[in-house]
Amino acid sequence: MLLSIRGLTKSFPGTRALDGVSFDLRAGEIHALLGENGAGKSTLIKCLTGVYERDAGEILLDGRPVAPQSTHDAQTLGIGTVYQEVNLLPNLSVAENLTFGRQPSRAGLVQTRKMRAQAEEMLSGYGLDHVNVAQSLGAYSVAVQQIVAIARAVALSGKVLILDEPTASLDSAETEMLFSVVRDLRERGLGIIFVSHFLDQVFSLTDRLTVLRNGQHIVTAETAEVSRLDLIHHMLGHELEEAEHRRHATKTAQQSVLTFDGTGRRGKIAPFDLTVSRGEVIGMAGLLGSGRTETADMLFGRTPPDSGKAHDDDGPVSLRNPREAIAAGFGYAPEDRKTDGIIGELSVRENIALALQARRGWWRPLPRAEQRELAERYIERLDIRTSGAEKPVGELSGGNQQKVVLARWLAMNPRFLILDEPTRGIDVGAHAEILRLIGEVVESGMSILLISSELDELVAASDRIIVVRDREHVAELVGEDIETDAIVRAIAASDAPAAAPAAEVAR
Amino acid sequence: MSAGIRRILPQLLTLLAVVALITAFFPSFLSVEMVDGRLVGSAIDVLKRGAPVALLAVGMTLVIATGGIDLSVGAVMAICGAAGAWAISNDYPLVAALLIALAAGLACGLWNGVLVALVGIQPIVATLILMVAGRGIAQMITEGRILTFSHDGFAFFGSGTIFGVPTPVILWLAVGILFTLLVRRTALGLLIESVGINRRASALSGVNATVLLVFVYMASGICAAVAGIVATADIRGADANNAGLWLELDAILAVVIGGTSLLGGRFSIIASLIGAMIIQAIDTGILLAGFPSEYNLVIKAGLVVIILVLQSPRLSPRISAALSRRRKEPAPAGSATEARE
Ligand SMILES: Nc1ncnc2c1ncn2[C@@H]1O[C@H](COP(=O)(O)OP(=O)(O)OP(=O)(O)O)[C@@H](O)[C@H]1O
Ligand SMILES: [Mg+2]
Repeated sequence: MLLSIRGLTKSFPGTRALDGVSFDLRAGEIHALLGENGAGKSTLIKCLTGVYERDAGEILLDGRPVAPQSTHDAQTLGIGTVYQEVNLLPNLSVAENLTFGRQPSRAGLVQTRKMRAQAEEMLSGYGLDHVNVAQSLGAYSVAVQQIVAIARAVALSGKVLILDEPTASLDSAETEMLFSVVRDLRERGLGIIFVSHFLDQVFSLTDRLTVLRNGQHIVTAETAEVSRLDLIHHMLGHELEEAEHRRHATKTAQQSVLTFDGTGRRGKIAPFDLTVSRGEVIGMAGLLGSGRTETADMLFGRTPPDSGKAHDDDGPVSLRNPREAIAAGFGYAPEDRKTDGIIGELSVRENIALALQARRGWWRPLPRAEQRELAERYIERLDIRTSGAEKPVGELSGGNQQKVVLARWLAMNPRFLILDEPTRGIDVGAHAEILRLIGEVVESGMSILLISSELDELVAASDRIIVVRDREHVAELVGEDIETDAIVRAIAASDAPAAAPAAEVAR
Repeated sequence: MSAGIRRILPQLLTLLAVVALITAFFPSFLSVEMVDGRLVGSAIDVLKRGAPVALLAVGMTLVIATGGIDLSVGAVMAICGAAGAWAISNDYPLVAALLIALAAGLACGLWNGVLVALVGIQPIVATLILMVAGRGIAQMITEGRILTFSHDGFAFFGSGTIFGVPTPVILWLAVGILFTLLVRRTALGLLIESVGINRRASALSGVNATVLLVFVYMASGICAAVAGIVATADIRGADANNAGLWLELDAILAVVIGGTSLLGGRFSIIASLIGAMIIQAIDTGILLAGFPSEYNLVIKAGLVVIILVLQSPRLSPRISAALSRRRKEPAPAGSATEARE
């Protein structure tokens, strides 16, 4: 056995995150680690790599007990890790991030050219040819940063590679590339731990799987011998209630609430027309960097439009900054929850109340009791796993942080809510729950712009789908046309050799 | 409420320890008498002399909570003191002189706030400009002299008493309480913390980060103005070169001892005020001890290092863990320690 964990236990104030968990990793296998949001997956990994000090239990690597005290220690032992929340240094260059701590140097001076060559070598095979390794990392999208983190961990892992939700912000082409790298590593005899909420990926990639629930070990099995339904049952402890597909309304004469005429911004997204009807879900599909997030940022006034007009029944709507957009009844749950969504040290309660409070103004504080009530309601409604409303949101598991950001905007009850990848990092059970919730709020008249890389999700939830390519809205699918194949065709249909892997453009 | 006490407990304990240490050597430290209708004693002296740093610490806490820093407060003290002294010696009425000084502080804060929030200069650089230029401005007001005056009404803010308590003490208490109420009875405190922790996410949630940033620098400016009035009134003269000299560093130190992170976020004005008193108690204690004056700064630095190490977030959990482990020791089944090996 390459790595064995025995009786691992870890408690945080108010939570027992891991309760006597055992886990084995063979050399030359890809082992999926699965479980609901807050099940303890990331905590297990952090105990393994010394980020957290474990309360009890032992870890054997090649039969010898080890006790790494930091990620660096773990690397020295041959354990490379990509954490769920990528922790790189955005101000340093891509090359520096890749070689950090091991830069080639002579006489104490970093040999820049050699370092860049090394970095390019490390990145080759991930299809990031357009990335300039001398650029600062922060200039690139989350997806590129994710791949840089992976490339770095791969290079550092001599025996074990740990990937905590590595594909959450990758598109299918990038995911495939990552998988071929991972399979190569398996051939070379590494043990790989793979955490993901994408069950398709689990079935196509992994050899064995282990399920955790509420910090306890539930089952370990050969992936091939587990059915999808059983797996979900192990994870949730009950059957999955599938969200119903929406009826793809082709209703006539819908009541329009918002109209955008020729709205666009040079260098971000070409001008487009869009009419939003009351109670409608508009899906938005496209590759990463195609202009989806740019559209959202623009509609919400973050990078305000430089052409076109927006208006509603009462006249023109001004969108020069997020506050104006909010005043106009917009809401926006952004893609990157860590930098744009949560306020880590504030409590769950304060995070949920924040937008509401900002709209009321500082001189009219939302009474504490009302905030509590609000928080309790959404903790219940979105099934946010936390030991209480006063827990700092940064201490929640990744998927539960995402739910808090959703709660913040649902509490605002906007008339037009933009959701950019709202189910990223969310487990299967909650995923269905969120789709159901979208259906529910839409019934009450809210309109939603749903941006997602998961086509199934778009198909299930949308009334119509806008396809974005090369920073332009290129197609719109309605009614019967809404199905995954049609979306894929529309995304790919271009004169250039199609499916060009996610042409990421520096922001 | 208990959470509020828990927040300031480390600072309270530190203050107690420092006071206990001083009292152990100078039993008279805590004795307070009434002489001619005013309270006198070393402890009262600490409260009074600590006033400028305490006042600065109030505004500095808000600035630091946003992730910024205000290096200019010492110089702003000098400007406002000079402006007040100039007004009073030119026979302006007392109220006008005070308003001129406060307005000067607000203007300085506005300048800093605009540089930071609108122009986007890093706070340390933005406020460095006024830190350097401010003394020049103050010298221009005093025309390079020490601008003395004799006006009992103005001097009252430095050396007067109210019910026996020195006016500066009343002032810093009042300013501290006022600002605490202002930020905690409204949503200002929450919004400031949220901007300090994550400005991008706050702005996307509709928080007006720009206005909040300008506000905290103006708050710092007005606190510096009050401190400047106290310092000037105390010596009945405006000394552009020395008023408030290096006090910005003590104010920052007070905030740090008060447990507010220089990275921004959660803050406590009360804890910063206690921090200011800790610093002043150390200063006074060293003076009382009669060490050769050249040792003072080194001893102060040493004590501050000890305090910060004991309070550091990396260490304090270990210390409390070690303490609780010792408490649990009798139970032999406490296997947590063994299992880790
Ligand atoms: N630093 C921390 N402080 C306090 N509690 C924590 C901390 N980190 C994790 N927890 C708690 O431990 C539990 C397990 O969290 P963990 O991050 O391991 O979940 P996860 O399985 O990775 O979930 P997800 O799929 O959402 O990423 C959660 O209840 C979480 O709130
Ligand atoms: Mg996790």
